[in-house]
Amino acid sequence: MALAFDEYGRPFIIIREQEQKSRVRGLDAQKANIQAAKAVARILRTSLGPKGMDKMLQSPDGDVTITNDGATILEQMEVENQIGKLMVELSRSQDYEIGDGTTGVVVTAGALLEQAEKLLDRGIHPIRVAEGYEMASKIAVETLEKISTKFEYDVLNFEPLVQTCMTTLSSKIVGRCKRDLAEIAVKAVLSVADLERRDVNLDLIKVEGKVGGRLEDTELVYGIVVDKDMSHPQMPKQIEDAKIAILTCPFEPPKPKTKHKVDIDSVEKFQALQEQEKQYFDEMVKKCKDVGTTLVICQWGFDDEANHLLMHRGLPAVRWVGGVELELIAIATGGRIVPRFQELTAEKLGKAGLVREKSFGTTKDRMLYIEECANSKAVTIFIRGGNKMMIEETKRSMHDALCVARNLIRDNSIVYGGGSAEIAVSLAVEAAADKIPGVEQYAMRAFADALDAVPMALAENSGLQPIDTLTAVKAQQVKENNPRLGIDCNDAGTNDMQEQNVFETLIGKKQQLQLATQVVKMILKIDDVITPHVY
Amino acid sequence: MQENILKDDALEEKGERARMAAFIGAIAVEDLVKSTLGPKGMDKILQSSGRGHSITVTNDGATILKSLHVDNPAAKVLVDISKVQDDEVGDGTTSVVVLAGELMREAEKLIAQKIHPMTIIAGYRMAVDCARSALEKKVRNNKDDSEKFRNDLVNIAMTCLSSKILSQDKEYFANLAVDAVLRLKGSGNLEAIQIIKKCGGSLKDSFLDEGFILDKKIGVGQPKRIENAKVLVANTAMDTDKIKIYGARVRVDAISKVADIEAAEKAKMKEKVEKIKAHGINCFVNRQLIYNFPEELFAEAGIMAVEHADFDGIERLALVTGGDITSTFDNPESVKLGHCKLIEEILIGEDRLIHFSGVELGQACTIVLRGASAHLLDEAERSLHDALCVLAATVKDSRVLWGGGWPEMLMARQVDELARKTPGKKSLAIESFSAALRAIPTIICDNAGLDSANLVSQLRAAHFNEDSTAGVDVITGTVGDMEALGIYEAFRVKQAILQSATEAAEMILRVDEIIKCAPRQREERMGH
Repeated sequence: MALAFDEYGRPFIIIREQEQKSRVRGLDAQKANIQAAKAVARILRTSLGPKGMDKMLQSPDGDVTITNDGATILEQMEVENQIGKLMVELSRSQDYEIGDGTTGVVVTAGALLEQAEKLLDRGIHPIRVAEGYEMASKIAVETLEKISTKFEYDVLNFEPLVQTCMTTLSSKIVGRCKRDLAEIAVKAVLSVADLERRDVNLDLIKVEGKVGGRLEDTELVYGIVVDKDMSHPQMPKQIEDAKIAILTCPFEPPKPKTKHKVDIDSVEKFQALQEQEKQYFDEMVKKCKDVGTTLVICQWGFDDEANHLLMHRGLPAVRWVGGVELELIAIATGGRIVPRFQELTAEKLGKAGLVREKSFGTTKDRMLYIEECANSKAVTIFIRGGNKMMIEETKRSMHDALCVARNLIRDNSIVYGGGSAEIAVSLAVEAAADKIPGVEQYAMRAFADALDAVPMALAENSGLQPIDTLTAVKAQQVKENNPRLGIDCNDAGTNDMQEQNVFETLIGKKQQLQLATQVVKMILKIDDVITPHVY
Repeated sequence: MQENILKDDALEEKGERARMAAFIGAIAVEDLVKSTLGPKGMDKILQSSGRGHSITVTNDGATILKSLHVDNPAAKVLVDISKVQDDEVGDGTTSVVVLAGELMREAEKLIAQKIHPMTIIAGYRMAVDCARSALEKKVRNNKDDSEKFRNDLVNIAMTCLSSKILSQDKEYFANLAVDAVLRLKGSGNLEAIQIIKKCGGSLKDSFLDEGFILDKKIGVGQPKRIENAKVLVANTAMDTDKIKIYGARVRVDAISKVADIEAAEKAKMKEKVEKIKAHGINCFVNRQLIYNFPEELFAEAGIMAVEHADFDGIERLALVTGGDITSTFDNPESVKLGHCKLIEEILIGEDRLIHFSGVELGQACTIVLRGASAHLLDEAERSLHDALCVLAATVKDSRVLWGGGWPEMLMARQVDELARKTPGKKSLAIESFSAALRAIPTIICDNAGLDSANLVSQLRAAHFNEDSTAGVDVITGTVGDMEALGIYEAFRVKQAILQSATEAAEMILRVDEIIKCAPRQREERMGH
C-alpha cells in the first residue's frame, strides 16, 4: 500500500479506511487487469466458429443452460472481477447493437490485450499502445469498407439472405436443420420489414417455444401464438373472422382506487347491492356483445359468474394474457387496447381471420393461435424441441439469425467470414504500420498480430493445425490478392469464402473491431485499482 | 498469476475434466434406470425425503428420474429428456435414457481414441438419419382395416404392459385400455378417461365402466337413484353468497338488524335454489361446497345434489353428459342441461360412489382399478397411463413396428452398412451408434437373466436377411418371430426415443466447459 508521509515520517490517511482497502497500481494494475480480461476471453475462445464447443452453465438455483452464445455465457457465469465485468459489458453491447459476433468481439479484445502485455514488458507506455491501437483500428475499418461488397437480394429472391443466416446458425447446436430455421428467420424478418425505410422492428417477431416434438416441427406462424387457453372448457375452440376486444380491465366488480367503504346496515341496502352486483356482470358482457365482439382477450381474471355469462352468451374469452402479448395482439389485429368497458366501440376491435386452440402431447398443454390478422405485420416463430435446454438454445440462435437478417436489410454491405476479413485487415494494418514513425508502429504491428487470433481460434476449434493453416491462407491472400480467403472450417475443400457462402455483415464486423479497441484502450488506461477489503 | 474472475465458490471445469464429469453423470443415470428396462426389468423403491417418508414402488423411468435430486448438469439433461418423453408420448421413458447413456458410453471410447467431439456428432447425425429412414421403410400401417388395427392396438398395449406390474393380466388390461381409447374416437383427449383407484379386491377385479363414476357422496335425504336424469353442472358458491363489490362490509347498530340481514342472506340463497330448481332438473352437481341449508332445500325438492366435485370431475361430467358448466341461473331456457339414463349410488369395496350411466356422449369412460395396496394401485395407474398414452399416440399415427429389440437390430444393421460406405473418421462414430443401438436388446436380455451375447449375435445373424421379424423372446429365452408372438411397438414412440436420445447425447458432447455458480444460500428457517 502506497502511503504519503509528512515531514516527520508519519503516514497521512488519504483514503477513508485506507488500511482496509487493497490497492494495486502502476504496471502491476495493468498486468492484473490484462490477466483477468484474458481469462474471460480464454473461456470463450473454444466456442468460436462452426465447430466451436458449448458451455454448460449451472445457475445458483441449479438450472442448467447449455449454450455457445458468447453473450449468454458471460451473462450467466457471474463474473465478479471488475475487468471481467467490462468484458461482459462488451459482449452485451455487441449483442444489443448487432446481435451476432458476441464471441468474436471478446476473443479479439483478449488477443489485443495479450499483445499489449508484451509491449508493456518492453517498457512502452500504455498510452502509446492505446494510441497505436486507435490508429490501427482506423485503418482496419477503412480496409473493411474497401473489401466489403454489396449484397443483392429482394423480397422474391431471398436466397442470399438465407445463406447468411445459415452461416450464423451453423455454429449452434441447431446446425442440423439450419436450412429450415434460416428460412423461417428470413421470412419472419421480411414480413415485418419496412423495406423502404430499411428498418426492421424485431419486437414484432415473437419467439415462442414449447417443449416436445422435433426441431423440424418448428414453424413460422403468420400471427400470434399465446400460451393460454379459453377461460371456460366449453367455449368454441375455433373462431373464424374473429372480432377481438382487447381489454385491460377485469371481468370483476370494479375496485375504485380511492379508499372507500360500503356499509350495509339494512336489509334493503343488502338487496340493492346484490342487484347492483348482478347488473355489473350483465352489463360488462352485454357491452362486449353489443359492439360485435366475437372474442375477448383480457389481461386480468374473470369471476366465475362472468365466465359463465360469457360462455352462455357465446362469447369465447381468454384471460390472464400478458402485457407484451396483449400489445402484439393489438398490433397484429389492428385493434386498440381498451382500458374500460365504457370505451369499447366497434372500431376498437381487432380483426383476425382465424383463431384456434391447439393441444400438444399427452398433457393438457394448449396454445392459442391467432392467424390471418388484419395487419399481418406481427409474426411468431414457434419452436419445438426435445428438451427445455434445446428450446432455450434454439431461441438464442434464432435471435442471432434474426439480427443478422435485420442488419442486412438495414445495410447490405458484407464482408466474407471464416476469418478472411481479419486476415485481410491484419495484412493491411501490418503494411500501414511500416509507414508510421515512432512507438505506435510497434503497437500497430501488435494489433495486426492480435487480429490473427480469430482465424487461429477458428482453425484450432476445427481440429486443424492453427499456425500452418493460418500462414498458408495468409500467404495465399497476398499472392492472389484475394481478401475472400479464409479458414476452411467445414472441410469443404476450398478456402474461398465466397464459394462457401460464408459471410458476415460489414456493420457487425466494424462494430466488433471498434468495440474491442475501445475496451482495450480503456483497460490500458487504468493504472490504479482500489478495492474495499472483503473481510 | 491466476486472477479469480468468478464469484466465490463458483466452480469451473474445463476440457477433459468437464467432459469426464458429463460422461460420468450421464452414464450414472443410465446405470440407475437400466435394470428396469424390458419385460423382466426390476422395480425401484423410492422413499421421499419429505414428511412421512412416503414410498413409491415403480419401474417407470420418468417417475424414478423425477424423484431424484441430481446435481450433475449432464444428468439433468437426461432427466429432462425422460420427462419430455413422458409428456409427449407417455412411454419409452426408460429406453430414451438408456439409449442416450449408451451413446455417451460409446462416445467416451471414441474420445479416448482422440476423436474430436464434433466428428462424433457429425457421425451420430448421419447415423440417426439413416436409422430413421430404415424404420420408416419397414413400418406397417393398418389404419384402413379396423379389425387389424384393433389387433395392432391390443398387441401394442400388451407389449407396453408386459414390462409393468400389470403383466400378469396384461391381456385383460390391454383390451381394457384399447376399449377406452377407441371410445375417444380419435380425439386423443386422455382427460376423458378417468381412472379411479380403490383398495381391495385383486387387479383382475378392475373394470372399464362405460358411464361415468364420480367419487363423491350424495347429500343426506336425497334420492339415491334417478332415472332419466337431467343434470345441471355448476360452478357456483352454495355456501354463503359473498358480496363481491370491493369494500362492502356489514355494519349494523343492533342485533335485530343482524338477524334481518341473515334472513335476507338466507332468502337470497333460497332464491338461488329456486332458480336452480326452475331448470327442471333432478340432479345438481356443484364444484364448490354446498352448505346444509341449500342441501336441505334440494332434498325437499327431491333433487340429488352433489357437492365439491373437483374441477376435472366437473369438466369430465360436462363432457360426458353434454351439459354446460353454469355459474348463473337467470336464464333457465337457454342453459343446456346434461342428460343420462340412470344415476345411482354403487358400492365398490366399501366405498359408495355415484355412477352415471347411459350418458349422451359416449366418449368418456371410467376405469376402476382394484388392488391389494395403495402402492400397487399407484403403480398400476402409471402403467395403465403409459399404455393409454401409447395407444392414443398410435391412434393419431397408426404406424406400427415389431418390438422385442427388432427395431434396434434393424436400425443397427442399416447404420452398420452406412458406416462401411462412409470414408473418414465419421465412420467410427457411425459404428459406435449401431453398437449403442444393439446395447438395448443386450440390456433387455441381461435383465431377464439370459445369455445376452449369444442371443444378440443370433439376432444379428437373423437380421442379415431382409424382412426378418426376429426379436428377443424373453419368455422362452430364445430368438423368436415377433409377428407370431404379437410383440408390437408404436412407431411414434420409437422415433421420439431415437430423436431425443441423440439430441441429448449431442448436447452433452458439445460441452467442453462446465461453470457452476455457487448454490444460492438458503436462509435457515427459524423455529426448528
